[in-house]
Amino acid sequence: MVRQKVRAQTVALGFGLVDQTKIVTAASELARNTLDYGGGGSVTLEVLESDQRVGLSLKFTDQGAGIANIELALQNGYTTGGGLGLGLGGAKRLMHEFEITSEVGKGTCVTTVRWRQQS
Amino acid sequence: MSLSSTSKIADLLEKNETELLRNWLTELEASGLRRDDLMRSTELNQQCHEFLRMFRSAAQHENFSDVQAPEWGSVRQLLTDISRDRAQQGFTPSEVATFIFSLKKPLFDQLKRELAQQNDLLIDSIWTVTDVLDQLGLWTTEVFQQTREKVILRQQQELLELSTPVVKLWEGILALPMIGTLDSARTQVVMETLLQQIVETGSQVVVIDITGVPTVDTLVAQYLLKTVEAARLMGTDCIISGIRPQIAQTIVHLGLDLSGVITKATLADAFAIALKKRQLTIVSKASQSV
Amino acid sequence: MERIPILQMGQFLLVTIQVDMHDRLALALQDDLTNRIVKTSASGVLIDISSLEIVDSFIGRVLGNIATVSQLLGAETVVVGMQPAIAITLVELGLSLSGVRTAANVDTGMRLLQTVLGVPFHGGLNANP
Ligand SMILES: Nc1ncnc2c1ncn2[C@@H]1O[C@H](COP(=O)(O)OP(=O)(O)O)[C@@H](O)[C@H]1O
Ligand SMILES: [Mg+2]
Repeated sequence: MVRQKVRAQTVALGFGLVDQTKIVTAASELARNTLDYGGGGSVTLEVLESDQRVGLSLKFTDQGAGIANIELALQNGYTTGGGLGLGLGGAKRLMHEFEITSEVGKGTCVTTVRWRQQS
Repeated sequence: MSLSSTSKIADLLEKNETELLRNWLTELEASGLRRDDLMRSTELNQQCHEFLRMFRSAAQHENFSDVQAPEWGSVRQLLTDISRDRAQQGFTPSEVATFIFSLKKPLFDQLKRELAQQNDLLIDSIWTVTDVLDQLGLWTTEVFQQTREKVILRQQQELLELSTPVVKLWEGILALPMIGTLDSARTQVVMETLLQQIVETGSQVVVIDITGVPTVDTLVAQYLLKTVEAARLMGTDCIISGIRPQIAQTIVHLGLDLSGVITKATLADAFAIALKKRQLTIVSKASQSV
Repeated sequence: MERIPILQMGQFLLVTIQVDMHDRLALALQDDLTNRIVKTSASGVLIDISSLEIVDSFIGRVLGNIATVSQLLGAETVVVGMQPAIAITLVELGLSLSGVRTAANVDTGMRLLQTVLGVPFHGGLNANP
């Protein structure tokens, strides 16, 4: 399951508990969207490393209906599936970098990164 | 730099090491660098000795004038250690650099004596030695600075922890008296600590006192409110006390919603509310006995 | 199908969520609780989430729904034991569960219910409701 895989990776990278929880929660939101609205898809985890910092990148891809208005979809409370409409916007707030590309009828791709706090 | 000057220097270091060491120590003493209050003279003696030994072996290589070359690795390491130690012992950066610079005179004296008849070689050698010792002196300063920066950073962090103590006012009542200007990084750390403390102490009421905070920016104000919300999710009530007029205006100006938050003018007022929430009352002994 | 056990303690129902709660399990819990409230005429529900790994918007919504539905059926709900990391994350997510009562642990949750419902404490001299 996505959550467990993401959790294990954040632990391995030395993220603190709060950061772990934020990343796993964002992953949970995005994975659910991929299933509910994208008809299923794939998740790719990638470790980002430079001499300055370490981060975890999550990429969710599906070949579903796509999102016509991304700005609207990101708004708190906007939902077409009877949800709370907090998934996309919330995931964006929980992560440091967030990018959506989507094409109606073709599918959606969300890539998001959280960097580890330096200390 | 000519090869002959390098080998001359290596020669000389080898031949006159004892004398050189003695003169160097005399020089160090004259420059006031023998700080018996900060380190023992045997330690200094040893460091000088060690340095000369490594210096000599580095001088046998062709890369003599480039102190970043691998041949200089052990000399740089030694100086790094010395410099780091002294930064912590309380020496000044110039005192540390003088350790190296004070080798110049004894070394020049010897070169002058040895090469009295070969003027060109003498000038060449002195130039080479100056160049190398200057580089090494700068190296010690650089390391010194890095060490100081680390010390300062550590002290800042310690201060940060000290300046935001979470204190237990009463069974089940915590207080966080915040003092000084809040930036968002500090606020975040403090708030996470607070929430953790709530769990550890099993507190039901928390007073965040910001009497000692002159102003807040948007981000900090938002963090405060988020903390109150997070505490509520954990089953703990938050009271914010000591909001200065200016901060109150910031909050209004930002359109932040404080309606779900209990605010009080002073820590004492907040404490009274906290006691009430815990269904506790303070009774004076006098009135009790009536 | 796997289900989350519901314990009865006098007039209260206690649910301890101990697993990584997937969606179907959460929805089943919502149904089960509703049925139990009706069957037992319980006046309070305690949901202990201290072992829960995360609360995302889906689980958050289920918790909110349980509170609303319970209230319609005459029972107060208290969510207890939320960990700091989860609380911080939920706030950032934008979910404040404003309609849900909260408490630090089962013990304080129980007392909160008793205060809200105006019932005397268990274990005291007048503990027989
Ligand atoms: N992968 C996706 N493919 C198609 N539409 C999506 C996808 N993800 C999100 N959406 C659209 O964006 C809306 C908002 O998503 P979200 O913020 O997660 O809220 P919710 O899941 O509660 O509806 C969804 O209701 C849906 O219309
Ligand atoms: Mg969603």
